[in-house]
Amino acid sequence: MSANNDTLLRVEDLKMHFPIYRGVFQRKVGAVRAVDGVTFDIKRGETLGLVGESGCGKSTTGRTILQLYKPTDGNVHFEGSNLLKLKHEEMRQMRRKMQMIFQDPYASLNPRMTVGQLVGEPLMVHNVATGTEIKERVDHLLEIVGLNPAFESRYPHEFSGGQRQRIGVARALALQPSFIICDEPISALDVSIQAQVVNLLEELQEQFNLTYLFIAHDLSMVKHISDRVAVMYLGVFMELADRDDLYANPLHPYTQALLSAVPIPDPIADAKRQRTILEGDVPSPANPPSGCRFRTRCPIAEAQCAESRPEFREIKPGHFVACFFAERYL
Amino acid sequence: MPDYILDVQGLETVFNTPEGTVHAVNGVSFGLKEGETLGVVGESGCGKSVTMLSTLKLIPSPPGVIKEGKAIFAGQDLIQMSDEELRHVRGGQIGMIFQDPMTSLNPVLTIGKQLEEPLMLHVGMTKNQAADRAAELLEMVGIPKAKERLGDYPHQYSGGMRQRVMIAMALSCSPQVLIADEPTTALDVTIQAQIMDLVKRLREELGMAIIWITHDLGVVAGIAQRVAVMYGGYIIEEAMVNELFANPSHPYTIGLLASLPRVDQTTHEKLFSIEGAPPTLYQKPDACPFAPRCKWAMERCWKENPVLEPVAPEHRIACWVDTKTGRPRS
Repeated sequence: MSANNDTLLRVEDLKMHFPIYRGVFQRKVGAVRAVDGVTFDIKRGETLGLVGESGCGKSTTGRTILQLYKPTDGNVHFEGSNLLKLKHEEMRQMRRKMQMIFQDPYASLNPRMTVGQLVGEPLMVHNVATGTEIKERVDHLLEIVGLNPAFESRYPHEFSGGQRQRIGVARALALQPSFIICDEPISALDVSIQAQVVNLLEELQEQFNLTYLFIAHDLSMVKHISDRVAVMYLGVFMELADRDDLYANPLHPYTQALLSAVPIPDPIADAKRQRTILEGDVPSPANPPSGCRFRTRCPIAEAQCAESRPEFREIKPGHFVACFFAERYL
Repeated sequence: MPDYILDVQGLETVFNTPEGTVHAVNGVSFGLKEGETLGVVGESGCGKSVTMLSTLKLIPSPPGVIKEGKAIFAGQDLIQMSDEELRHVRGGQIGMIFQDPMTSLNPVLTIGKQLEEPLMLHVGMTKNQAADRAAELLEMVGIPKAKERLGDYPHQYSGGMRQRVMIAMALSCSPQVLIADEPTTALDVTIQAQIMDLVKRLREELGMAIIWITHDLGVVAGIAQRVAVMYGGYIIEEAMVNELFANPSHPYTIGLLASLPRVDQTTHEKLFSIEGAPPTLYQKPDACPFAPRCKWAMERCWKENPVLEPVAPEHRIACWVDTKTGRPRS
C-alpha cells in the first residue's frame, strides 16, 4: 500500500479509544477500543466498501477520518495533508472537500428548516455563495438529486424516506466535495427505494468523479457498489481486497462465515450452499480477546491465535488479510 | 378445500387517526396448513404486521378497528372471541415472536420468571414443574448453562440470546401455530443465521406451523415453503417458494426481485429500481394500488382493483396484465 498520486485518502494505524469513567472521582477505568489500528488507502474515484456487524467500529472509523472525533492515535492523510496536524481554520476549509451522508433520513435533517435552508446551509456557512446565488445553486442541487426545485419551501416531514435521503445527498454535494463518507445510507429505507438511492449515488459518482467510503452491513449492496471491500471485526480490519476477489475467494474465516450467512433471494441456490454458522456473539470492545480478535468464534483457531495478533498482511497483490492460516484457502 | 389450521377470510383493518382513516388491511384471505411455513413479505406499511396482529386481535383499539373478516382457528372465529377466551389461545395454542427482543421482554423480571409465567397460566404447571421446564426450554434454544441463567435479567443477555428466549417463550406451551414478526430484522447476519437455523431445527422436532413476516426476500427464500407478497394492504401474489422465485408474475414481485443485488452474482449491471413510493392508504384503493408505479399499467388498472386469480397450480396473482406478453390476461 504505497501512496501515489492516485491516492486521495490514506489512513495509517488509526485508533479511536473511548475512555470509560467509573466511581465518585470519575477515574478512568478502561477504554472501549472502537477502532484499534486500521490502515488503508482510497484511490481517487473509487468506492471502498466497509462491512461488519454492529459495534465493529465501522461508523467510528468514518467519523474519526472526518475528525468528528479526535483520534487516539494514527494519521489521516487527505489530498496530501495530514488532517491531525491541521489548525482549526485549516480543518474547517478542508471539510468542504469531505462530506458525509447519514443513515437515518428522519433524524439527520432539522425538522424546523425548509429544504431550501437545509441544502443552502453549507453554502452560507462556508461563504461560497450569497443571496440569489444560493437559491440558484439550491435549485440546481435539488434537480441533480432528482427532486423538484419547487419543493424548496417544504419541510422534511412532507417527504418520504427516500426523498429525505435525496435531500441529505444534496446537502452533502453542496460544497462540491471530492470525498463522501456514506454511513449506512440505505439501511433505513425500503427495499424498492434502496435501489433508487444506490443508483443515484452511482450516477453522481460518475458525473462528479466522487470518491466514496461506503459503510454498510448489507453485504449484497456493498458488493454491488464497491470497487474494493474491507471487512471489519471488533475495531480491526480482517480482510481487504478487490470486490470480486473478496466475494469469490474470501481468505479470512470471518469473511467466509459472514458471506455464508447472507441470505440469497433464491431458494434453490440457497439450499445448495455450504453454511458456516458462527457460534456465540461478538465480544465486548471494552475487553477484546487477546491475540486475534476473532479467535473466540473462529472455527480454525489454534493456541497461537491467543498469543499474538496476526499481522494485516498482503498475501497476494492487493489482497490483505489478518490471519495466520490464510494460506490454506489460497 | 384443503385443511387449514388457521383460515383467515376477508380481513379488513383500519386505523382512525387525527389525519384521517388509514386503510391498513383491505380484505386479506389466506390459509395456513398444518406444519407448513408461510412467509409473508412486503415493505413497511404494506399491512403485513397489522394483518397478523388483527388475526389475534392484538391491534390497539382505538385507533384500530377490525371492520370485517374471520380468522378461523380450531373451528372457532378468533375475531368473535372475548378477551378472556383469546387469552387462552395467545401464547398457548398460538405462539408469537416479535421483532425487537430488547423491548418485548420485561426488564425488571428474571428470564426464568418470564418463562414460567405462561407455563403456569396455560398448562397449569406448579412453580417447581415450571422452573424445570423453563430450564429445558432454554437448553432447547441453545443457551449454555441454562439452569444458572434462569436467574438473570434481560439486560444480561445479548440481542441474539434474547431472541432465543423469545422463541423459547413462544414455544413453551407447544403451540400449533407460531407467528414470527420480523424476528431477525434487528439482528446481525451471523446471529440471523443462528436463529434461522434454530427455528428450522425446532420446526422439524416440534412440527408447528409458522407464519414468518419479513421484508427480506432472502430470508423468505431460506425458510418458507409458501410465500404471500403484500402491497397496499392486499396480498398481491401467493405461490410455493420455488415457484415464486422462479416465476414471479406480479409486476411488484418482479420489480422487487430485480432490484436486489445478490452476493452470489458476478455481473454488476445497474440495479432495476421501482420508481415512486408506496401508497399512503388514507383512501381505500379503488383501483390497483400498484398502478402508479407499474410499467405495465393499462387503462383497466386505474379503474378496477384486481383480485387474486390462479396463473399456475398453487400460484395466484392480483393483476390484470400478463407480464410475459404485456397484454391483458385472459
